[in-house]
Formats: sequence, C-alpha cells, structure tokens
Amino acid sequence: MQTSLTINGETRQLDLDPRTSLLDALRHHLGLTGSKKGCDHGQCGACTVLINGRRVNACLSLLCMHEGDEVVPIEGLGQPGALSPMQQAFVEKDGYQCGYCTPGQICSATAMLEEIAQGWPSHVTADLEARPELTTEEISERMSGNLCRCSAYPNIVDAIRKAAGETA
Amino acid sequence: MRPFDYHRATAPDDAARAAASGGTFIAGGTNLVDLMKLEVMAPERLVDITRLDMRGIEETGDGGLRIGALVSNTDLANDARVRRDWPVLSRALLSGATQQLRNKATTGGNLLQRTRCLYFYDRAMPCNKREPGSGCGAMEGFNRILAVLGTSDHCIATHPSDMAVAMMALGAEVEIARAGGNTERLPLDDLYLLPGDTPERETVLAPGDLITAVILPAPVAGRQSYRKVRDRASYAFALVSVAAVVAVEDGKVARADLAFGGLAPKPWRDKDVEAALLGQPPSEALFDKAADILLAKAQGHGANDFKIPLARRVLSAVLTELTEGAAA
Amino acid sequence: MTEQFKMDAPATDRRLDGMAQGLVGAPLDRPEGPLKVSGTATYADEYRLENLAHGMLVRAPGNSGRVRLANRDAVAAMPGVLAVIHDPRLLRNPAQGTANKAPVQDANEAHYLGQPVALVVAESFEHARHAAHALKIELEGGTPRPVDPETAAIEPQSSKGLDQGDLDRAMTEAVHAVDVTYRTPSHSSAPMEPHASIAQWDGENLTLRGSYQMLKYNRNELADALGIHPDRVRILAPYVGGGFGSKLGLAPEAVAAAIAAKETGRPVSVALTRPQVFETTMRRSETRQRIRLAADAEGRLAGIGQAALVSNLPGEVFAEPVLQATHFLYAGENRRLSLDLARVHRLCAGSVRAPGEAVGITVLECAMDELAEAAGIDPVELRRRNIPEKDPESGKEFSSRRFREALDSGAEAFGWSDRPATRSRREGEWWIGYGMASAARVNVLMESRARVTLAPDGSAKVETDMTDIGTGTYAILGQIAGEMLGLPRDRVEVVLGDTDLPPASGSGGSWGAASSGTSVYVACQAIRAQLAERLGVAETELTLKDGQAVFDNRTETLAEILKGDEIAKEGHVLPGDTSKAVRQATFGAYFVEVAVNGVTGETRVRRMHGSFAAGRILNAKTARSQCLGGMIFGIGMALTEELAFDDRDGHVANHNLAEYHIPVNADVPQITVELLEERDDWASPLQAKGIGELGICGAAGAIVNAIHNATGVRVRDFPATLDKVIAGL
Repeated sequence: MQTSLTINGETRQLDLDPRTSLLDALRHHLGLTGSKKGCDHGQCGACTVLINGRRVNACLSLLCMHEGDEVVPIEGLGQPGALSPMQQAFVEKDGYQCGYCTPGQICSATAMLEEIAQGWPSHVTADLEARPELTTEEISERMSGNLCRCSAYPNIVDAIRKAAGETA
Repeated sequence: MRPFDYHRATAPDDAARAAASGGTFIAGGTNLVDLMKLEVMAPERLVDITRLDMRGIEETGDGGLRIGALVSNTDLANDARVRRDWPVLSRALLSGATQQLRNKATTGGNLLQRTRCLYFYDRAMPCNKREPGSGCGAMEGFNRILAVLGTSDHCIATHPSDMAVAMMALGAEVEIARAGGNTERLPLDDLYLLPGDTPERETVLAPGDLITAVILPAPVAGRQSYRKVRDRASYAFALVSVAAVVAVEDGKVARADLAFGGLAPKPWRDKDVEAALLGQPPSEALFDKAADILLAKAQGHGANDFKIPLARRVLSAVLTELTEGAAA
Repeated sequence: MTEQFKMDAPATDRRLDGMAQGLVGAPLDRPEGPLKVSGTATYADEYRLENLAHGMLVRAPGNSGRVRLANRDAVAAMPGVLAVIHDPRLLRNPAQGTANKAPVQDANEAHYLGQPVALVVAESFEHARHAAHALKIELEGGTPRPVDPETAAIEPQSSKGLDQGDLDRAMTEAVHAVDVTYRTPSHSSAPMEPHASIAQWDGENLTLRGSYQMLKYNRNELADALGIHPDRVRILAPYVGGGFGSKLGLAPEAVAAAIAAKETGRPVSVALTRPQVFETTMRRSETRQRIRLAADAEGRLAGIGQAALVSNLPGEVFAEPVLQATHFLYAGENRRLSLDLARVHRLCAGSVRAPGEAVGITVLECAMDELAEAAGIDPVELRRRNIPEKDPESGKEFSSRRFREALDSGAEAFGWSDRPATRSRREGEWWIGYGMASAARVNVLMESRARVTLAPDGSAKVETDMTDIGTGTYAILGQIAGEMLGLPRDRVEVVLGDTDLPPASGSGGSWGAASSGTSVYVACQAIRAQLAERLGVAETELTLKDGQAVFDNRTETLAEILKGDEIAKEGHVLPGDTSKAVRQATFGAYFVEVAVNGVTGETRVRRMHGSFAAGRILNAKTARSQCLGGMIFGIGMALTEELAFDDRDGHVANHNLAEYHIPVNADVPQITVELLEERDDWASPLQAKGIGELGICGAAGAIVNAIHNATGVRVRDFPATLDKVIAGL
C-alpha cells in the first residue's frame, strides 16, 4: 500500500502492509527509532509525535491514513549539538532517567507549550473562558499522557518551566 | 491484526457503498486500532472517513450547535461557544483520556467506543460481547470498573465515554446517514442498546450507517458540572461520573438534567430521578431520595460494589454544589 | 594487568576527599543525555539488522495441562510465517537476579496463565503478530491448581526468621501494644521499555542485543539455557529502558529469539507486548503481614513481631525478603520474625525495586504509626526513641547511620510541627493530613571489574559490562575516573553494556554504583601508582588536575608523562570482611501531606519530602533523581498499584497500562529531596552506599499514615484506593 507523507520536512514514499502503524513505519522501516513503543495501545505516550503540528500517539495511527500529512518525530526537534531548548532543558533538569519515555515526553511538552499559548483549556483550568497559565498544576495535568516509570515527573515539570523561559 | 482492505472514502455516498459490503468506518482509530491489534475486532475492510467534510461546528437556527462527526475531541472542547454555553461538555471532554488521544479521537468515534472490560479485551477469556455464548468472565472475576445499572446476566460492561455522558445530560441528538440513503435524527439515548441477551449489539446502527453529526439543543438556564471520579488524578476511566445541568427558581429545583458515567453499559439517564427533584426545594434529604431512585435497581458484583455508595455520594455532592447559594 | 581489591577493612583514608578535580558528588548532567533527548540512544529492539525477522511469543491460556499446538502446520503456512517454535528449551519464567544459570525450562506443560509456550517467527512484525493470534494452544489433562496464597500449601522459610526472647510475654506486659495485619498486593516493575531481544548467530557464536540489568549473569544464563559455552555468547545492552528488577535475570524472549535465529538462519527480534510484560516478567509477591509491637509507657519497644506470608511458583527459591530491614531498624529485646512461602500458580515472583523493604518497612512503618497513636507520642519522636545503639540481633555496630539526623532534618524541612490532630483540618471537601515513615535498606558490595585506559593524549576510557538502566552509571563512572585521574568530565569516555568488557556487578540491589564505581577507583589507583612511579614520587604526593600532574612543586601534563604510552589497568573489587563485621544499611525519613476528598475518598499527595543518608553521594543530580523515582513508586504503591489476579485461574486481569495504574504526572507533587552528607568507610573505598532503592523503602507507609491523620481512616489493605477510604469515612 503506497503512502506518501512528509517526515521531518522530507517527502517519503512508503509501500507497506496496510496494517503498519505510523510508529512501526518509523521504527522498522525508516530507521527513526526515537519514537518509542511502550505499550502499543495508547496507554503510555512513549510514541508521541507531532502530526500537522499536533501531538498524537503514533502507535494508534495507521500509516496508510496519513497520506499527505506532516509528521515530526523527536529526531526532527533537534540533534546532539543542536538540541532544541526543550531538549536542552531536559538534560539540565534531569527530566529523564532511562530515557525511554523521553522522546515522547519532549514531543508532548513541545506541543503543550504551543497549546497553552493558543489558550487551550485543560481539566484543571479553573475558568474555561480565561487564558490558561503555565502553573505546575497545568503542566502536570497536560503532561499526564506521558508515563514515566523512572518517575522523573518533578524534573520534567522543572524542565518545561525552564524551556518556557521561566525560573524553575 | 488481521489483513484488511483499506478504502479511503472521498464522499459520503462512496463511504456508504464501501461500508455496505462489509466495511467498518475508521476515523480517529484510537479504540478501533487498539482492538484490531488484539484481534478483538477484525474488520475485513476499513473505510477511512477522515477525508469527508464533517469537521465543522455550526450554529443551528434555534440556538443549538451541529457538531460534525469528525470534529476532534480537542476542537470540540476548545470551541469558544461550547466553553461558554455548554461547559459541561468541555469539562467532560477535558477529563477524558489525554491531549494526544483527544487530538485524534473524533465525536462520532467517541460515541461508539467499546467497553474497557478486561475480559472483553482478553481473547483467552470468555466474553459474550466478543464471542456470543461464551459466557461472561467478568461477572465473577475482576469487575472493579464494570457496571451496576442496566446490566444483564450476560454482560456487565460499562460504556467508557465521558463526552457522551455530558451530551446525554444536554439532550443531544445524533444525526445518522442510514446505509439506505436516508438521514435520521435520534435522541442520543436511543442510539444505545442495553446488553440484554445480545451484548454484542451495542447500538441501533446497521452496517453502513454513519453518524454524521451530533446536535446540541440551545443552551438552557442553569449551572453545569461534570464530576469524574477515578483511580488516578488523570488518564484513567471514570469509576463514576455525573454530568449535570441544574437550575433553581423560587427556591425549588426547576431543572435537573442528569447523566451518569461508569455505572452502566451506556451513558445513563433516569428521568424518574429528575422528576423526583423537580419542583422540590433542594435539601440533603431530597438528594438522598434522588439517589435512592437512581440506585434502586443497582447491583454490584463484588469488586464494583463500592460504585453504589460512591454514586450516591457524588450525586449528592454535585447537586449540593449546583444548588448552593441559589435563591432560596 | 588486573589490580585486585578486597573490602576487608574500613577505608579510612578517604582518598576521594583529597582529590583535586572536584567531579565526585557534583550535580553533573548525564553525558548520554543529548542522545536520550534526541531519540538517538539505541535500545535493544532498535537495531535494523539486515534480514531481520520478527518473533511473537504465544501464551498458555491456562495454568495446567500439557501444551498442544492445535494448528501448528496451518500457522506455519500463513503468509510471511518463517517458523513456529515450540522448543523444550523455552523458559517457563525469567531467571532470578544473579541466578547465573537457566531457570525452569518447560514449554510442554502450563504452569501459569500467560506462560510463553511458543514463538511465531515471520518476515514482519505485522505477520508475526497476526500469526501468533492465530496459533491455537490447547491444554490437555489439566488439573485445578492453587492460585490463592491464603489457601495454598506453605513452606516456612526458617533461615530468614528469628525467635529471640519472649514476644508473647512482651505483648502481655506492654503498656501500649499493637497487633495488626496488613496486606500488600503484587506489583509489576512495568519499565517503559518492554523486554526485548535481538538474537544473531555468526556460525556458533551468538550476539544478543537485550534489555538486561546484569550482563555477566545473563550471559551464563543464556548459555546454560541453550546448552552452549558462555564464551560463545555476547550480550549488548548499552541502553536499557528501565528495569526495576524485572530485567535482572534472563527472560523468555531472549532464549526464544536465540532458538528462532538459529532455526531460521536470520537475526530475530522478539519484543514483549505490554500485556506480556505484565504476565511473564517478575511480579513482586503480594504479602500478608502480621505486626506486633510491644512498648512501655514512653513508647520504647520491648518487642517486635513480623509474620509474613508471600508466594511463588513451585520450583522457585525466591521468597520476598520482607523481614530484611526489620531485623535492625528498631530496638526491642523480644523479637519474633517469620516468613512463609505459599506455592501458587501465578506468574513468577521475584525482585521488584527494593525487594523486602519496599513492603516490609512500609507495613512496619504503618504499624509504628498505629503505636504512636495508641501511645499518644509524636510519630517522629517514637522513632527517635527506638533507634537501637547496635544491631539489636547480632550486637554488631552500624557502619554509618544518620537515621536520627534524617528524621530531625526531614521534619524541620517539611514543617512537621504543623501536623494537624487526626481528622481536624479541612479545606472545602478535602481533609488534610500529614504522615511520615522511616526509610531503611540493606547495603551490599558485589564483585565487579572495570578497565580504565589512559591514552597517550591524556584522555581516559572506562570499559565494563556494567549497565545504566537510568541509574546514572555513565555519569558517575566518568566522574570517579575523572576525579582520580585529574581529568575534566569530557576527557573521560565511558563504555558500558557489552559482555566482551570486564564483568561488573550489574545494576540491582542498589549495589551497582558503589561496586562498579569501586572497580573504576581501583583501576585508577593503579594508574596513579604507575604515573607516580614514572615521576619518581609517592602516589600520595601526586596531585592530578585538568590533565596535569603537580608534584614536588613541578607541573607536567599527562601527555608529557606518558611519552606516547598508554596505561591500561583493570580494577577488580571483591566484597570482604567488612560485609560481616558491621551492619551496613542506608536510612532516611519521608514526610507527606495529603488531601483526601471527603466525598469521593480520592487522595492527592500535595507535598512529599525525603531526607536520606547513603554514604558519599557520587552525583547529587542523578542520586536525587533516584530518590524521586523511589518515592514516586511509593505513591503508586500507596494509592493505585495492584496486579489484580482472577481468583479462578490466577491470571493477571489488569495486564495493561490503562488499568495497572502507575502514577501519572498529575499524581505527583514537586517532591523535595535532601541528601545528608555521610561517609561510610566500611561500605566501599568510595565511602558510598546504594541509593537506587532507598526512596521506596517505607514511602507508601508515610502516605497511608497521612491518610489516617487526615481522615481517621486506617487502610490496612494496600493500595488505599478510594473505595477503601470511603468505607471508613
């Protein structure tokens, strides 16, 4: 099954089994193993990538449904020597331990800052019609779709605040 | 996952044709792909409807909203009109799943998601919903998350949606493009079937029927709340949830539109509960009476017994919150 | 050249304190960080080998009976399928940590529901997954098996117990007595990276890219399982996506991958699905613990009793060592500790982060809270009064123990003096309460080797088969080598996770940092000695800093001293007399504020603080992270985590991350950690002890105690889910 899509700004043409998830396409066929398979069922967030600018679980996405889409997995956010501010903040704040959930956390956090900037509310936003603020509570709720068993959560929150330009 | 044919629908009639011959619609896929990986669901043909023009949220002539079936949970929760006039719906959506999943999940798909019963998900276990006649593994098994209302001897599955609970309280209708070509509107309550002795049948939809939109009636006076109780602070299904639109006039309950999640095989609405509240001055005793009516037929199965007292507590707290300070 | 060091005497020279580079202890970033945050660190199942085939394990659908593959030929003929493996060498369950030999191998009989009994190998992951679903496993001639520890046959573990004095009498004579029974459920390590192996044969030599914690043991276990010589096995695990005990011992997927790769003549990847992680990797045993505490009017303990029931599969020797730290944490002349093991057909029980103390101290600390309440004594003060002078059973001295300081300092940092009376503070619907608990974990040094090479340009390389499972090994080994050799951190390269390198202790039991760190230290000492010899000075007179040697008021660069040579030394540390001469352990204290919803019984941890003493801290940043991790495991244990077994067949009903609730970000506050300054000369020449598990050894108790303070509800059946709380509200 032919699928054409943009990955990290590059047009890719793939001819794969229709059953192939976007996650497996990245990991098994494109050599982009930064997106992780923690559960394969949308229950952990390790596979989080950006599709057309929005964060999404790649494991629950069939590749064939993403014809023409723009996909940015972790490799597109920055590489050693040219890390994004969010990636750099995760290093400095020790926002990870084993590193397995980390690419998903960073894709998620990157999108999350944009969501707050655009005024999206969350479950913990007190006033649905007010602009949400970047509080610890908001960050924690909005990052709850990314499990971390090493449990770096407090450091992840600090890293996000740092990347957002606040004092952590 | 079993091999399947993939068809990307280009127009509604094309989708209907593709589905009529044994196809299953897919949009967000957050639940269908999940179940296909486990071969709990194994469609022979997937009809991808994501390219259809059903992403709009439009105002209806009578002050309501028509929500396209492909509107994502995110876009619906974020819609300024929904946040202002139907906040219970935004709240319900935001309490469900995660931002990643809400970005994918659609309005129509959310309504049709399957139960999270662990025995339904595990093919080594008996399940009348997955394999009619095989028995129910959950009845005497680990049923903490399962239903206490509307169940049958064959199935105690719960419907896991938060969004649908809020829509039920709001009196939403579902617009369906029937496989035959007609378009119909149904009250959301009528979309769902109780398990009875055919738990494999969850809705009135026939093969090829497509949900095209959800229609919210015009906003009504009153306070709104969605209260969800769960095992984690986030990213967990409801053990009990209550969606409520309540108004007090002249010291008496003038409106009490209530729906419940986590308790039943469908988003649960009980008009007798609402009738008992209407016209009465709010009081703890009244709320208790409402809970009595709601839970009169509730039946626990061991691990989920706690849902019965929990539902009572939550209902009472929600009614207290929404009637407190209202003109006495 | 190998330099051997046996830990026979306390290392009072504290050489690290006299070094000049200033790396050890510093809160440095992990050197591998840029790889991890950019998705370029490579985990086990991420090697795109040519011609790679994919395998999927298939489970037994019951816990008894002979295994029959009903449609093997049909599955073998499915599109893309390369092989259907049903081989007697398949592992029934993973090896226990440090087993060094294969565990029970049996693909012919079902022992527990979920046991891997076959492997389907196919051209693609998609083909393998579908064919594995299609393979029908039938069980013939099964009989009902015990799955409930409460009713199963019991084997007393008398060597773990103790009967000292007369506890019954102490209980009768006590002014304040507590006699309570607690239960903790089974837990899963649930690391974020599912267990995975890629096996590749080159003739008779096997390379396995795996996700393992203890490679030198894993190599022997894999060789034993396959019936080949360990020299023919190489395991690579440079990055491991979390372990927490579940990757200590060789697991079924590795053997299955090796057999399949041999049979198909292709490299084969086998990754567990998430349900398989829950069903086939180690569980922490559930426990039933009866605690008896006998105290005088001032709360001084005259007696302690802990009687524990745990379980495991038949044939497994591991019995959750619940009593481990109860032996020495508190005073009390009359002591009766006992451990019983029930034989059940649930998945294998083994090590999950801090086996023993995670549940044993947690429950002891809940009982201590009950005693404090009964005696009307502040919980912190009750602990202070019961700190024993020496090990209360052996009479040995403690190697170092800043337990009292942790209690005091933690209480101060947290603001413990503001603790409300029971069920007295309310904010809207929420009851507010404080709770605390002590932390204690045994400390162990293990045999370990590392090679350090000082290159002619004055850069260094550390090589060992040690693993970094998120623990910070890459960081600390580089810091130790840099400190000893006077090199900036970026002049030291650390290579890990390859059995071709000198064999290390592995990561487990909190011993990895001190053990592997000591091997690096010993190798560096030998290099320093050689440098000193070249310069004709005593090694102790040599100051190394920033790539330069300062001695006799002279300065030379390392390159000048080396004159084009390299110096390579292997350090080899062995535990010695200090492990027996004194009682070695780490200590600490937890303080927690919870809010408990008066309507729903939901609990939120609002604040959490831990003060810990674990000897010298090697990297303050990664050590803190380890403590955070342990404490957050404690939040899960206190509030949400439970493997839910179906009592009819013993299967794990909630075998996924949607229903096995590990904490999410929103469950966790901005926890604070204090690391107390300490040197333990008996533990290692680094004066460091283990810290990877200390954070969980009692943490859940502090939370459940706080729930009691908030609401007056005692939950004695973990986890304290809302249903158990509202039952008492």
